[in-house]
Amino acid sequence: MPLVVPFAEDVFTWPAEKPQLIGCKCAACSAVFFPEQPSCGRCGSTDVARHLLSTTGTVYSWTSQEFLPPPPYAGGETRDSFKPMGVGLIDLEGEIMVEARLTECDPDKIHIGDRVEMTVVPFRSDDDKDVVTFAFKPI
Amino acid sequence: MREVVVLGVGIHPFGRFGDKSAIDMGAEAVRSALGDAGIAWTDVQFAFGGSFEVDNPDAVLGRLGRTGISFMDVYNGCATAATALELTADGIRSGKYDIGVAVGMDKHGSGAFTSDPVHYGAPSWYGEAGLFLTTKFFGMKINRYMHDFGISHEALARVASKNYANGALNPNAFRRTPMSEEDILASRVLNWPLRQYMFCSPDEGAAAVVLCSAEKARQLTSNPIYLRATALRTRKAGAYEVHSSSTLPVHDPAPTVFASQAAYEQAGIGPEDVDVVQLQDTDSGAEIIHMAENGFCKDGEQERMLADGETKITGRLPINTDGGLIANGEPIGASGLRQIHELVQQLRGNAGERQVPGNPRVGYSQLYGAPGTAGVSIVSL
Repeated sequence: MPLVVPFAEDVFTWPAEKPQLIGCKCAACSAVFFPEQPSCGRCGSTDVARHLLSTTGTVYSWTSQEFLPPPPYAGGETRDSFKPMGVGLIDLEGEIMVEARLTECDPDKIHIGDRVEMTVVPFRSDDDKDVVTFAFKPI
Repeated sequence: MREVVVLGVGIHPFGRFGDKSAIDMGAEAVRSALGDAGIAWTDVQFAFGGSFEVDNPDAVLGRLGRTGISFMDVYNGCATAATALELTADGIRSGKYDIGVAVGMDKHGSGAFTSDPVHYGAPSWYGEAGLFLTTKFFGMKINRYMHDFGISHEALARVASKNYANGALNPNAFRRTPMSEEDILASRVLNWPLRQYMFCSPDEGAAAVVLCSAEKARQLTSNPIYLRATALRTRKAGAYEVHSSSTLPVHDPAPTVFASQAAYEQAGIGPEDVDVVQLQDTDSGAEIIHMAENGFCKDGEQERMLADGETKITGRLPINTDGGLIANGEPIGASGLRQIHELVQQLRGNAGERQVPGNPRVGYSQLYGAPGTAGVSIVSL
């Protein structure tokens, strides 16, 4: 079995049975941000602490990414091998909205208002490792 | 504060120009603006130069004459030109100077803009994941807007078709071939619901304006066009903006709304007083959303307005009469000064085949771009 590794550190909990996105919460104004950052994007307080985000949410909006993103995209595909992917803005139970890949990108299969949950999907294969990233899939 | 007049405007055509440098295009735009203003470069007391690709727009001094003036370089995303305009206007409003130049120039390759997300305060992985793209932001924003306010795919095509038609009448435009709504709707999807011919392209070009104190302008022109307002605003924490890995789910209005309100207040007018409009049409959806964000209609009214042709040159509220970004492309530093160039032609009655009938008196322009910055300028007779 090849080693399964996340595409970047500190984006989601890993290894984990149920991975969660790693955000932060401001102790002063309760605003939540993703990813973790050293201060609050609303009030500027530096009193922020790591905060794991909900694994379920609702599609606020979505689009498809139908052309190969230019660098620094690191999915490893070529223009010919790239397959369109969905990208969504997901409202995580009213606490925060995050941008994320979707497992669907067909307007017949994904809609605004759909309930979705976080999952981990293949991103790229390196020599001896399977690299994974986070995505949301319809519930 | 002192009143400011747009004394002259100049443009280098937008498009692709081989080996010609952005600096050379910028110098030509300035020379054209000086000729239009009827002044010499040696009359110019200060300047701001805007660009994304050019580190030092002030290199135009080497083409225009190294007079030793204060020349400041600015970059502010897609709002760069509005920024150069505001700073130049402020130099005159404050009483420090009487005559200044704002110039913008750029020379981009084709394809969506890209950059290092770290410079936007986003993590490196945001780009590696394929999320650091302006086009997908615009796709998501208009998809939700269509869902909430009943905007159709046909409305998206109408905007693009109108702008190509206007571009065909503009000798300085990049894309000068009209395109039918059917052909636009048949082009391939890039970011659902946005299709290839609904997007503008990064390209090359330059534009410049000469600003002057109203007092000094009395000696130089008998038909002044006044710069009534300039306003710049940035995003709030709960606004979903370009390059946001996350946002608060509280739905703050976009920065354009605040820039627009500030500009109307400064000018002492409202949207009902505006005769000709230039909006940031990065894509068809952006023009539709910006119609409402700038106060020209309620959310959703665009569907009927577009079906009735109200935003065509012959309509009640002509928008992007020179073809906008869709037909001109977007050399970032120059884009907003192109808007002013067109408004000035319209207010002078010099727009030729593109002339808005009925002697327009008030022109309005808006820019919006990464990472959530908007600029609005208002000119009038």
